[in-house]
Amino acid sequence: MSYFRAENLSLHFGGLKAVDAVSFAVEKGEILSIIGPNGAGKSSIFNLISRIYPPTSGRIFFEDQDITREPAYDIARLGIARTFQNIELFENATVLSNLLVGRHRHSTTQLWQELLFLPSVRANEKLHRRRVEQVIEFLDLEPYRDKLISGLPYGVRKVIELARALCSEPKLILLDEPSSGLNVEETDDMSFWIRDMKSELGITVLMVEHDMTLVNRVSDRVIALNYGRVLAMGSPSEVQHHPDVVAAYLGA
Amino acid sequence: MRFLFKTDYDDDIRLFPHSGYVYSYGLLLIALLIAPYVLSSYVMSQLVFVCIYATVGVGLMILTGFTGQASLGHAAFLAIGAYTAAYLQQFNVPFPVYFLAAGLLTGVVGALVGFPALRLQGIYLVIATISFAFIVEEIMARWESVTNGNEGMRVKAVQLLGATVSRDDPTFYYLCLAVLVLTIVGTLNLLRSPTGRAFVAIRDSETAARSMGINVSLYKVKSFAISAAITGFAGVLFAHKLSFISPEMFTLQLSIEFIIVILIGGIFSLHGAVLGAIFLVMIDPFLTYLKDDMPGVIAGIAATLGASPERAGHIQDAASAFASANGLKGAIYGIIIVGFVLFEPLGLYGRWLKIKLFFQLFPLYKRATFKRQKIYVKSERNR
Repeated sequence: MSYFRAENLSLHFGGLKAVDAVSFAVEKGEILSIIGPNGAGKSSIFNLISRIYPPTSGRIFFEDQDITREPAYDIARLGIARTFQNIELFENATVLSNLLVGRHRHSTTQLWQELLFLPSVRANEKLHRRRVEQVIEFLDLEPYRDKLISGLPYGVRKVIELARALCSEPKLILLDEPSSGLNVEETDDMSFWIRDMKSELGITVLMVEHDMTLVNRVSDRVIALNYGRVLAMGSPSEVQHHPDVVAAYLGA
Repeated sequence: MRFLFKTDYDDDIRLFPHSGYVYSYGLLLIALLIAPYVLSSYVMSQLVFVCIYATVGVGLMILTGFTGQASLGHAAFLAIGAYTAAYLQQFNVPFPVYFLAAGLLTGVVGALVGFPALRLQGIYLVIATISFAFIVEEIMARWESVTNGNEGMRVKAVQLLGATVSRDDPTFYYLCLAVLVLTIVGTLNLLRSPTGRAFVAIRDSETAARSMGINVSLYKVKSFAISAAITGFAGVLFAHKLSFISPEMFTLQLSIEFIIVILIGGIFSLHGAVLGAIFLVMIDPFLTYLKDDMPGVIAGIAATLGASPERAGHIQDAASAFASANGLKGAIYGIIIVGFVLFEPLGLYGRWLKIKLFFQLFPLYKRATFKRQKIYVKSERNR
């Protein structure tokens, strides 16, 4: 049984088939990239997995559990975290509180305890803070702890979003175009972090990406999509030389 | 300027980041505690209103400022708190019991109002809360067996520990102050724990909040309930302070006044709720002054500028007619809100922060420090 599996997943908006009977599996501990031209349905697949849209048909399994009908907030509790293509951070909060929101699925305190800020709440806060601090160290975010998101440059925000996802200690992480808007140096850093996430933190990575250098460098396997359908699946070089993929990108 | 070197995670958790805060808030508290022995009874009465309005302001700040859910129905929550107190008081229920009961009941009603709010956003939510307020106002007027209808209800003085605390007694002021301080401390505690962060997350991006494992619906309802409960507590004190309540006290204008409290004070901060309450309570004496003295002053100026006594008299009449016109208060509220939204969106507290920074950085202050630019436009936000 695969670690994560999508079976005949479809998402239709009226007559438009954004995702059309897509099936794929992710093995534990691998980095799987999804590539494809604009509008191929890559982000839609992510939005289906994180339950922003309900699928028209098809099923999603994670750790042999059917998660197709789980509410959106339970997906994170199961251990699937994600980042967004257009950065969805909490703009008017500090970096630290953004990252602490990532710890939400691990918080155990009750409302009345929090109103009184009992010692148990304080102890919990410190525990969360220690975990957040590990992520900050992992992603070199030390200079930004107390800064407001609204004042930070794009590249840093991108890393903070990754950090927020990591703070939830996910088993599977969905990265939606981690390198978009980053310069060459920042993309390099990103590729190291993605590999470290796999090797050091043992996280399985599912990633949508356009930058083929990054895809080639980090992915174990690649899926190519076009018009909501799977064109090819296999190692990065296999997929890149697949005739259908070449046709989709260059026109036949 | 002070530089803080943090050596412990507690440095980020504690309420007072450094000793300066302890001294300044300590001094403020001492000043507030000795106030009844120094200030006149009129000023004390105004201070009680500041405490009550600030409590409501904190409640509304949780909902609007921190969770991002607008409400123009908080007068109704205040009414529910006030009427619960007045009703239970008839049966000789002790003060602490009906105080808690009023908060609890208002909290439950708040949660019920929160449910439709899950599907509404922005202006639609505002309209829904306004309709809720009208419904409550109508119930207060029609349910005569409980609320005594439009004739209103008398509210007797607080009975606390066997003593009668009249509404002008310093003890009543201390009671209001205690409620305000406890509310603020509780809210600050909430804001530094997971629930408070979840509120802020919902305000800034519901999609991201959801994908981080926050049950958005649950937390919106929680926010409504907490906000309403705090307003209910304030309602009990409000009823006691006025010693008489009737449905026409809890109108839309009162809800707008609460919006003024948080908007003028500075949305996103608890300081703002208190500053806004002070500002709001000061508007009334200002309007009275405008009504009583300004026409005379204007006529005097006209006379010194060479107007004939007859003409000056006309000017005085015109000015006093203007000052006592119906709806002047509403118009002034409107002007104040628009002015603040345009020129000082962060409110009085934002202005205070700027002044503070000016002195901290003197002579290096840059005017652009607080200029916020929206550089990155979000193209396709998921709702």
